[in-house]
Amino acid sequence: MHITVRTRDGDAHPVEARTGLSLMQNIRNAGVDELEAICGGSLSCATCHVYVDSLPPGAELSPMSQDEEELLDACDDLTENSRLSCQLVFGPALDGMRVTIAPEY
Amino acid sequence: MTHGHYDCLIVGAGHAGAQAAISLRQSGFEGSVCLLGDEPVAPYERPALSKEYLAGKKEFARLLLRPAEFWPEHDVTLSPGRRVTAVEAEAHTVTCADATTIGYGALVWCAGGTPRTLHCPGHGLDGIHAIRDKADCDRLIAALPHSRRIVVIGGGYVGLEAAAVLSGLGKQVVVIEALDRVLARVAAEPLSRFYEAEHRAHGVELRLGTSVAEIVGRDGAVSGVRLAEGTVVAAEQVIVGIGIEPVVEPLLAAGAQAAPGGAGVLVDDLCRTTLADVYAAGDCAVARSGPGIRIESRHNATEQADTAAKAISGRPEPLRLVPLFWSNQYDLRLQTVGLSHGHDRTVLRGDPGSRSFSLVYLKDGAVAALDCVNTARDYLQGRRLVEAGTRVDPALLADARTPLKDMAESA
Ligand SMILES: Cc1cc2nc3c(=O)[nH]c(=O)nc-3n(C[C@H](O)[C@H](O)[C@H](O)COP(=O)(O)OP(=O)(O)OC[C@H]3O[C@@H](n4cnc5c(N)ncnc54)[C@H](O)[C@@H]3O)c2cc1C
Ligand code: FES
Repeated sequence: MHITVRTRDGDAHPVEARTGLSLMQNIRNAGVDELEAICGGSLSCATCHVYVDSLPPGAELSPMSQDEEELLDACDDLTENSRLSCQLVFGPALDGMRVTIAPEY
Repeated sequence: MTHGHYDCLIVGAGHAGAQAAISLRQSGFEGSVCLLGDEPVAPYERPALSKEYLAGKKEFARLLLRPAEFWPEHDVTLSPGRRVTAVEAEAHTVTCADATTIGYGALVWCAGGTPRTLHCPGHGLDGIHAIRDKADCDRLIAALPHSRRIVVIGGGYVGLEAAAVLSGLGKQVVVIEALDRVLARVAAEPLSRFYEAEHRAHGVELRLGTSVAEIVGRDGAVSGVRLAEGTVVAAEQVIVGIGIEPVVEPLLAAGAQAAPGGAGVLVDDLCRTTLADVYAAGDCAVARSGPGIRIESRHNATEQADTAAKAISGRPEPLRLVPLFWSNQYDLRLQTVGLSHGHDRTVLRGDPGSRSFSLVYLKDGAVAALDCVNTARDYLQGRRLVEAGTRVDPALLADARTPLKDMAESA
């Protein structure tokens, strides 16, 4: 399974993804180090902010928790496609999804 | 006799050690790399131990910093379960507890800290715990089903996080703190008082300004804690959260310069120690350019390790750290930016009664740090003020309706 990650320089990288790990972990494991993820998925830093560009047909993302909403809300570069990638657990339904890493804070 | 040689040997496979290995490869280091550590497991998220892991909300596999295959795929030799006991700086070798000797081209010392222990009578009884590594936490978790009353000694972040989790699991928790408020070493009084009120509201009992005289026991196991004034607080388990001692003995014995007061090993802004080809990062290291204290945070560990790795790879980038830290207790998210150490004034933004407020620390008129409770916006926007050392009129800072990002130099 894979996802496509667009880095800040505009390049798209196909990245292998594993079920059960968060999107943040999958992106980081692939060596995309501009996703800082300072808090390691503890919902405390917002440095794992991504834009979800597209999903496979029929796929849906898990809804945001109130904490995720509040942290995202505080980000300057919030768009309606914004998510914190540490809060999205990857699974087969998301195979082929495309995301862009949000600008540095 | 040496048992192997690595172009870069990393000692300690925690946050700093793991990042050093990752950053070496990211910066194009082509030599051999060994990540050696005394824990039996691969590097993991240590902050989760007193949070999601203790609470049973995240299983260990999800806490690994990288999946097991990552290390061999990146040509990093992971060597768990091994402890370094000596460094021979001249010879560029280390000696391990298993009597093996390993040679290095560059050494990155990332051995972190070891929890301070009690020395009072009864300190050796069964049922006394630290929360520093997975093994500590597993022992505590295993004891929980048959424990109702738990004493936490030390009102720092780790102790308070554990208290929050354990009271959430239905345990009766008493926190004992020697100073007259919790978090006294890291935060100003309004934050301490806020967290004290929260813990009390959740049924945690706080005993402040009291020291421990003795751990009392029955049949070799803990049965309570005797306070200096004589009272005995009954408990089946005791958690000791009174800070760490940096693990630097082998380096200092080899001649590395120590930070004053035994705070750790001194490093420069490229994370070099005073020994040739020996770097240090994380909880064991004290930056020469800083205020002379350890900065015990995940962020500092990764930034210092990254700095060391880049220097070793021939791409030195001096570190200018703006510290970040967080703590989760109950439904409260604390985010901290900057260093409050040495501040001369604090400004409260918002009402602690609303459970959403920030405490701003000023030093010589400039914003030095913020503690933000359930105010992610202040944290993210305040980070810029701290980075720039902006001087802001305290009256303006206190106005929670004005966003921090609209505050320019005004004082
Ligand atoms: C319970 C807990 C909660 C925390 N919560 C937060 C938080 O919310 N936010 C935050 O920013 N920080 C938090 N921290 C602090 C953060 O985890 C540390 O600052 C960070 O782990 C430091 O990284 P390090 O690599 O220097 O040390 P460590 O991660 O401790 O790694 C050091 C490693 O070296 C090993 N070692 C030691 N001696 C030797 C030797 N002689 N030979 C071989 N190996 C050795 C140790 O066993 C350990 O595995 C928390 C810490 C704890 C314990
Ligand atoms: S990694 Fe920090 S919020 Fe996602």
